[in-house]
Parts: sequence; structure tokens; C-alpha cells
Amino acid sequence: MAASLSLRAGLVSLALLLAFLLTWQIAVGGTAKTEAMDPEYAALMGASATTGKSAMPGPLDVGATLWKHLKDPFYDRGPNDKGLGIQLAYSVGRVALGYGLAVLVAIPIGFLIGMSPLMNRALDPFIQLLKPVSPLAWMPLALYTIKDSGLSAIFVIFICSLWPMLINTAFGVAGTRREWLNVARTLEVGPFRRAVTVILPAAAPTILTGMRISIGIAWLVIVAAEMLVGGTGIGYFVWNEWNNLSITNVITSILVIGLVGMILDQLLARAQRLVTFPE
Amino acid sequence: MVTLLPFHSPSADQADEARMSSQTMPSSEKFISIEGIARRYPAPGGKSNTVFENLWLPMRRGEFVCMIGHSGCGKTTVLNILAGLEAPSEGVVIVDGQAIDGTSLDRAVIFQGHALLPWRTVLGNVAYAVSSRWRKAAKPEVTARAQDAIATVGLAGSEHKRPSELSGGMKQRVGIARALAIEPKILLMDEPFSALDALTRGTLQDEVRRICVETGQTVFMITHDVDEAIYLADRIVLMTNGPQAKVAEIVENPLPKSRDRTQLHHAPGYYALRNHLMDFLVSRSKTLRDAMPAGYDPRHPPVIRPSLTEVEGAAPAADTAPARRA
Repeated sequence: MAASLSLRAGLVSLALLLAFLLTWQIAVGGTAKTEAMDPEYAALMGASATTGKSAMPGPLDVGATLWKHLKDPFYDRGPNDKGLGIQLAYSVGRVALGYGLAVLVAIPIGFLIGMSPLMNRALDPFIQLLKPVSPLAWMPLALYTIKDSGLSAIFVIFICSLWPMLINTAFGVAGTRREWLNVARTLEVGPFRRAVTVILPAAAPTILTGMRISIGIAWLVIVAAEMLVGGTGIGYFVWNEWNNLSITNVITSILVIGLVGMILDQLLARAQRLVTFPE
Repeated sequence: MVTLLPFHSPSADQADEARMSSQTMPSSEKFISIEGIARRYPAPGGKSNTVFENLWLPMRRGEFVCMIGHSGCGKTTVLNILAGLEAPSEGVVIVDGQAIDGTSLDRAVIFQGHALLPWRTVLGNVAYAVSSRWRKAAKPEVTARAQDAIATVGLAGSEHKRPSELSGGMKQRVGIARALAIEPKILLMDEPFSALDALTRGTLQDEVRRICVETGQTVFMITHDVDEAIYLADRIVLMTNGPQAKVAEIVENPLPKSRDRTQLHHAPGYYALRNHLMDFLVSRSKTLRDAMPAGYDPRHPPVIRPSLTEVEGAAPAADTAPARRA
């Protein structure tokens, strides 16, 4: 009897990972002395010139750096040397603020658009025009008007989270099953109670889909936004380490950015399962 | 040949006589009165499609009325107008002395597709209706009323299941419980059992019949199942095909109020009644749309009142009947 699918898939994943790490290690590892040179000159040039070792760190280097960061994630030695945990906390905080504001704005307006064909048509041109704009294009405008780089980053997160939630809320609300609305009508349920007890639960899975798309985009955008505004955050950390030419730290950052993004996505996926009921 | 056709089709002179004697329901008996309603939809070119027009139908209190007709004859529209979900293009519906305007908790609807809210439990679905009916009721009272209704349809013990955990028949039971829980004056059912298998349908028909007889509930039900109509209805309204559907005739069910499903098909007159209804669906629903018999008055559609003895005695049917059969 074959092992279960998930077990076999896990084994394949593990094998692929090992193969990748091995290739990586071999590719960046040095071989032997490449050419004879003056010892003083060789000391000046470093390992990449003398033994053919790449400047690219190997998986073991990255693993060691990751371990170092994990051991002490919250240290703070001045503006240019903060622990990975602190940087991540700044980024997550900005995303939470911008995204939270977007939820507060997008869901009520989405309800309005979904329930009123008039408002749907009236607001449609604005949404269609603004939706495709890269959120970073708003950055100069935000910096000029808000005059605070931290708040500008939050604004950029707000604006990029807004559209998927807005559109999905409107779509979910407008798509509430006619028969459920008829149930509310025959029971003489008032408009507010109907919105809360019938339309909201009916649209909840679609709204959560929008929220899940939004959190993904927000997490993509925060890295770029923080590269621009600087100061703190994981995006700033990546750019700072690039300036330090610490590729090890850049790769470590990529790993943790992916990890946090995955956790955010999984949280919303779980929330979505909680509000989805099969018929 | 003639013996197969036990029912009189009212020819002009018979119709006049019958109308004088029995076809007009005295206004004191009219609990519901559909008065000249029409439903038109706009069609391209500024014209309009008429589903039905000038439709009149009175109903007594405590009566079980079934409406039979093919798809597209506007049965569901009639029910939606009665429910207040749709407004008629013309005419009014008077319930208990008042013209209806919109939906009302006095008129409960059992939907064809059960229309349960999937995020609520069985109890939650019924309690939602109860708390809509009695807005100020305390929670224990709401729960108690909801549980009563759930017990009435035989679902006690399943209160905390969600609709997805129930079979089709059980879902429709919850729909019935939800409608009964608000103690409506009228129960409106739109082909409530059409999506169920025959066995479940039978049990649910028994339940509905028992509940309605016990409570004296006034019911208007749409169906295209002839046997269902015969088993449940006091009167069966036959609609011609749409568009421009009409009430062709109203058949009073001669079977006694106490009906036994197992013995029903042995009842004298059962097959004659059934054949009459089947003939209507198969052919007359179409021919009558094209040409109504002379003397047809939409305000007083002919009432057919077969008597069981007449069926047994096989009284010669009237003039036009054999021609129709041929």
C-alpha cells in the first residue's frame, strides 16, 4: 500500500530542498588556488580571487546568519543596527494600520456600491481609473501632503489594500442570493437588520477573499515603500544590507519576508473558512 | 367513451345556472380575494408581454388551494404577488378585508429551494423568523417557540445542525417550521416538494396535510404534481398555458376531508378526477388558452364540482366533452 499523498509530497519537497541546497553549496564553494600571486596581494584580494570562492554566501552561511538573528531578534544598537524582529514589527505594524484603515473604508463603501446600482455606476469610473495605479506612484503626493515618511508608507499600504476589498465587497453584496433576501422581506426585516443578518454573512466569504488578496498586496508593497522612506522596517533593512554588501542578510530577509507573508495569508485563509458555510 | 368523462364541462346554459347557484362565493366567505390582477413585462419595441391578466380568484378561510399549470403560466408570479414580493401590474389582492401592499408576516412563504440561511443552525433559522415576528420577545421565549415549530415538523434533536448537514427533505421541513413558527394567516408554498424524491415527498405531504388540518391553516400551493394536488387540496385551480394565461376552471375536490394516502387511489372517483386533471395538463391547457368556451367569464371561472356518486353512476357527460377527448 502506497504511503499517503501528503507524506509522499513531503518527501519530494524535502528531496528537492536538499538537492537545491547541495547545488547551491557546491556552486559557491571555492575549489583550489586559481593562480599564483604575491601573498600580500592575495591577502588584499580575499578568498574570491585567491581560491575561486564566490562572494555569494552558501546555505551554511545563511543558516548561521539566520540562527544569529533568531537568537537575538530584538536588539537595538542605534538607527542602523536593529534586530530582525524589530524591523519586522515595524513593517507588520505599518501594514496593520494601513490595512485596518482600508478595511474600515472599503467594507462600508463596498456595501453601498453593492446595494445601490446608482452608486455602483457613479463610482465605477473612479475605481476603474485608480485601481491600476501602482501604489508607489502615490508616494510623492503622500510625502508632500502628509509631510511624514512613516505615515506616507501607511497611506501607501492603505491605498493598495483598498481596491481588492472594495471590489470584492461590492461583488459579494450584490451577489446575495435573491431567495435569502426574499426570506428577509417576507419576515419584514428592516434594512439595517437585513444588512447585518443576511447580506453580511452571505457576502462574508467573498469579502474575506478580497481581504486575503489585499493583505498579500500590502505585504508586497510595504517592502518597496520602506526602501523608499527608509528608517525602519524590513524593506529598509534589505536595502541597508545591500548597501553594506551583506548578501547573507539579504537572503535571510527574503526568507523571513516570505515566511511572514505566508503567515498573514494563512491567517486570512483560516478566517475565510470560519465564515464559509456549505449549503 | 362517455363514462370515462364524469365531469360536466359547463356549456353556456349550464354555466349560467351553476353560477347562480354555487359558483359565486359570497363575499362574507372570501378570506383572500384576488381581484383582476395582471402581470406584464416590458418587451422590446415599447410593447409588453402579458403573463396573465384579469385573474380573479377567491379563497375561503382554512381552505387548501392548489394551483396547477405548465411552466410559464405565471403560477409563481401569482404566488409572489400574494406574498407581496412582486406587485401586480393591475388589480389588487385583498386579504382579510385589506388590500395587500408589500410583504407581511401574516403571509408566510415556503420556498421551492428551501432558502435556509446556511450560516445559521436549524434552530437559528427558525428563531430568526420568530424574532422577526415578535421583535420584543425575550430569548427564551423565541427559543421555545422555535423549538415547538421544529418539533411539529419532526426535527426535534436536530436543532443544532446546519442546513448542509441535513437531507433535502429535512431542509424543507425546516422551511416549513420556519413558516409555521410565525403563525401566519396564510401559508404560501411554491412547489415545495418538487426537488424531493418520491418517498420523502410522500411523508412530507402527510405532515403538511396533518398540520394544516389540525390548525385550520389557509394554504395556497403551487404544484405540477396532479397526485399531490388531489391528496392535499380542497380546490384545484387549473391555469391555461402562458402567455396570457387564464384560470380555466376550479375543480372542487370531492374526496372527503379525512384522506388516507394508502386508500386514496381506491376512492370512488379518484381516477376520474385524476384523468380530468391529466387531460387538462396534456391537452386542454393549450386548447383553452387559444379559445375559451363561449360564456367564459374571467371574474367567475367555471367551478367543476364532481360528486363521487355521479362518478360511480357514470352520468353522461355534457356535449363538448367527447369532442375534446377526440
